[in-house]
Amino acid sequence: MNATLAADPAPAGRSALHRRRSRRLLSLAALVGALIVAVAASLAYGAHPVPLDAVWQALVAPTGGEDDIIVRSLRIPRTVLGVLAGLALGAGGALMQGHTRNPLADPGLLGVNQGAALGVVTAVVVFGVTTLGSYIWFGFAGALIAAVLVFVLGTVRGGATPVTLALAGAAVSALLYGLISAIVLGSRQGMDTYRFWHVGSIAGRELAVAGQLAPFLVVGFVLALANTPGLNSLALGEDVSTALGRHVGRTRLLGVVAITLLVGAAVSACGPIAFVGLLVPHIARVLTGPDYRWLVPCAALLGAVLVLLADVLGRVVAGDTLEVGILLAAVGAPGFIYLVRRRGLSRI
Amino acid sequence: MTRPRLQAEHVRLGYDERIVVDGLDFDVADQSVTVIIGPNGCGKSTLLRGMGRLLRPRGGSVLLDGKRIDKLPTKDVARTVGVLPQTPSAPAGLTVGDLVARGRQPHQHWYRQWSAGDEDAVAYALSVTGMSSLADRAVDELSGGQRQRAWISMTLAQQTSLLLLDEPITYLDLAHQVDVLDLVYRLHTERGTTVVMVLHDLNLAARYADTLVAMHDGRIVSQGKPDEVLTEELLSDVFGLDAKVVADPVAGTPLVLPISAHLRDEA
Amino acid sequence: MSAVRNIEAVPGRKQVRLGRLAWSLRPRSALVPAVCLVLLVLVAALNIGRGSSDIAVLDVLRTLAGGGDHAETGIIFDLRLPRTLAGVLVGAAFGLAGALFQTVARNPLASPDILGITWGAGVGAVSVIVLGGSAGQVSGAVAELGVPLAGLAGGLVAGLLLYVLAWRRGLDSYRMVLVGIGLAAIGHNVVYWLLTVGDVDDATRATTWIVGNLAGVGWEAIGPLALALALLVPVTAASVHTLGGLQFGDDTARGLGIRVDRARAVVLLLAAALAAVATAVAGPITFVALATPQIALRLVRSPQPPIVGSMILGALLTVGADLAVRTVAPGLPVGVLTAILGAPYLIFLFLRTRKEARA
Repeated sequence: MNATLAADPAPAGRSALHRRRSRRLLSLAALVGALIVAVAASLAYGAHPVPLDAVWQALVAPTGGEDDIIVRSLRIPRTVLGVLAGLALGAGGALMQGHTRNPLADPGLLGVNQGAALGVVTAVVVFGVTTLGSYIWFGFAGALIAAVLVFVLGTVRGGATPVTLALAGAAVSALLYGLISAIVLGSRQGMDTYRFWHVGSIAGRELAVAGQLAPFLVVGFVLALANTPGLNSLALGEDVSTALGRHVGRTRLLGVVAITLLVGAAVSACGPIAFVGLLVPHIARVLTGPDYRWLVPCAALLGAVLVLLADVLGRVVAGDTLEVGILLAAVGAPGFIYLVRRRGLSRI
Repeated sequence: MTRPRLQAEHVRLGYDERIVVDGLDFDVADQSVTVIIGPNGCGKSTLLRGMGRLLRPRGGSVLLDGKRIDKLPTKDVARTVGVLPQTPSAPAGLTVGDLVARGRQPHQHWYRQWSAGDEDAVAYALSVTGMSSLADRAVDELSGGQRQRAWISMTLAQQTSLLLLDEPITYLDLAHQVDVLDLVYRLHTERGTTVVMVLHDLNLAARYADTLVAMHDGRIVSQGKPDEVLTEELLSDVFGLDAKVVADPVAGTPLVLPISAHLRDEA
Repeated sequence: MSAVRNIEAVPGRKQVRLGRLAWSLRPRSALVPAVCLVLLVLVAALNIGRGSSDIAVLDVLRTLAGGGDHAETGIIFDLRLPRTLAGVLVGAAFGLAGALFQTVARNPLASPDILGITWGAGVGAVSVIVLGGSAGQVSGAVAELGVPLAGLAGGLVAGLLLYVLAWRRGLDSYRMVLVGIGLAAIGHNVVYWLLTVGDVDDATRATTWIVGNLAGVGWEAIGPLALALALLVPVTAASVHTLGGLQFGDDTARGLGIRVDRARAVVLLLAAALAAVATAVAGPITFVALATPQIALRLVRSPQPPIVGSMILGALLTVGADLAVRTVAPGLPVGVLTAILGAPYLIFLFLRTRKEARA
């Protein structure tokens, strides 16, 4: 150590900070670029390919031709929904793993997935709702109720800790799953809705669905980004976090609200598109390191890119009979395992 | 006499049903170095955690500038009191530079994430702990001593006028122990920082402390200048240690020489 | 503390000595399983007695002990015993598998479900149900044998894949967990995709299997199940002495003289085999493997999932849920109620023992 307290005028630490920053900016820019490519592909490819210039024309100056109708009424809604759902699940997953400090924590662990599923199944079986547009709200309500329940159970008597949040989430999810199974096993229509809802799909939704859920997602994103400095200090442990002037309870609450809005909205619209929120943050961590201010946006973008690409691949390979989830299982998960073996992903 | 900036009044601290410290009064002398000593499990760390509001009092209060510390906005406290808990752990892959930068969080707002002042504080904290050249390395890959200095550096980046350190020199070799304590002492002499430390090494404690506080069973049994506190009688009562206390030939402060069992048998 | 020779027994640990052998006993770790075992016998007897004509608990117990009349003996041994016995064995296997996975992964969320084993079994079994169902009209012997065999094969393949893919100059538990969620992602998505391929009735039958079902399990399944457990459980018992060390992390475990990677691999493969065998017979009964080790460790107040306690509690939860489901909603599979009964109890327990989670 230096003999006096005078600081070294040109410390090496400063340039190191700048170097890291520019590497992360580069990753972020690359992901934005990838998302633009994925959006273009999602608008152009499918059972009926539309050339890119025709896509552009359909966007800015539609004439009502066949290409225009396909792009505007089919592909724009599913692309918008894919982007929103992917962003939400990626960001929600990164927050979830940060708050539970558990690599096995799925963003649905707060009970959101099963809550939404129970909402949808109840809507169909008990209230006879059949249109997608209406049971989305049942799903969203179910997701919110389940998340509140998990948070209250994980928090009472002494504040939420990673372990209590994770276990409360797992317990409530299992309980809801039991109820869902009981309902769908007794109702053919419930089973039929549930099995197609559960694989996760962004096809066949109207643009209005995205419009209705967008406010929740926007609020969710803002809260998620606001939560990232708090998560950064929580990652150093609760003592250090308190020493740095963070209110641990409030930081957790903010995170839970953000996760619930993001994942609840995405899941009620698209089904649980399983494992996006679980796998994506692990991959994003390779690009950004452990700083949540970068990790959350990168995981969000990566989630959107993956969901769109899986969807496009499904359309191209199998003419729209394969949902996003199955393509993710076929391509995404093996890719993830390869990455785990090659890189040895870093711990949370 | 004016009221000290940090004090505990009849404070009761504990974990769940176990009360460790009960009804304790403690004034931290301003702009001085206070070192808390005592055997394992005597409540030193608990008291320090309570003073740094990492542990909420069950009764009584901890006062910062005369106000209850648990009622003050936690960010304001973090700009005044820096606390380094025992053996904190950093997430994998976090670099030293990023860790130290997180020490600036209490000074940041959502509308001003990073300023030149932050940059300077981080650079200063890195350089003064000799960590500048390691800023790019991951904390979990460092040696124990380097890691300890990285955490101290983070606490320094907080730029607080009070500093509470829980065993800051465990894991360090003797040279690095002296380095850290020299640094802390200079912060005190040159910047007027008030320092409270928990130390296990009695000889170093005696050498660097203005005030030595000896704890036993959750109570303060002796408090004062090192040569008043560190007596053979106290060592026997508090630590159950048979020892001789002589004047340190280098500093003149008390030097504890334990009388080992096999020596006693021969004598 | 003067002389080294004079060592007292460790406080809080009672010693049981038998010649040169010694065991240390902690009262709760013996008491809790004992109480659960008594409960298990009672619940099992109630469950066996339940049917078209109910038989009283005492009569069931007398018959099992060999003293029943001819009619009761026939009904109990031929018709009723297999279902309950399957519940006991499968539940115990899941409880044990869960305890092993949670210890090796050092993660309370680890279970054969989240690490992909039961989803591997699911891919096998649901393929037979769905692809054989509407197209091939699988029925009779093929369905009876095909589903469990395909399930067993799927589960074992998943377990082997988990081991092979996670092994890379040793078996790191974090890598194992990540590979496991990757495998679970594949299995889960394939299973739910298969549900959309068949018709609704196939989907219903497949879901009944996925939830976990004891109805219709006969002696022909009990034999292989019992044999498999008779092989696996003693081997597990012989390997568990390494588990306490594995809990502390690799360096400490090596310091305790454990060959960490090999020990972990052995335990992982045993746990996967146990889960695969149990799943083949009754499907991946919801929540038992995840919850019972956590419930057991809170009841016993041990730092890691207790082996025997997890097994007995797994059996108790499964048979108890079976009894409840047959009382409340006959026709539904047992897995519907394992979670509905187990989850509130787990939540109740960790609300009561908050301090342990906060420490």
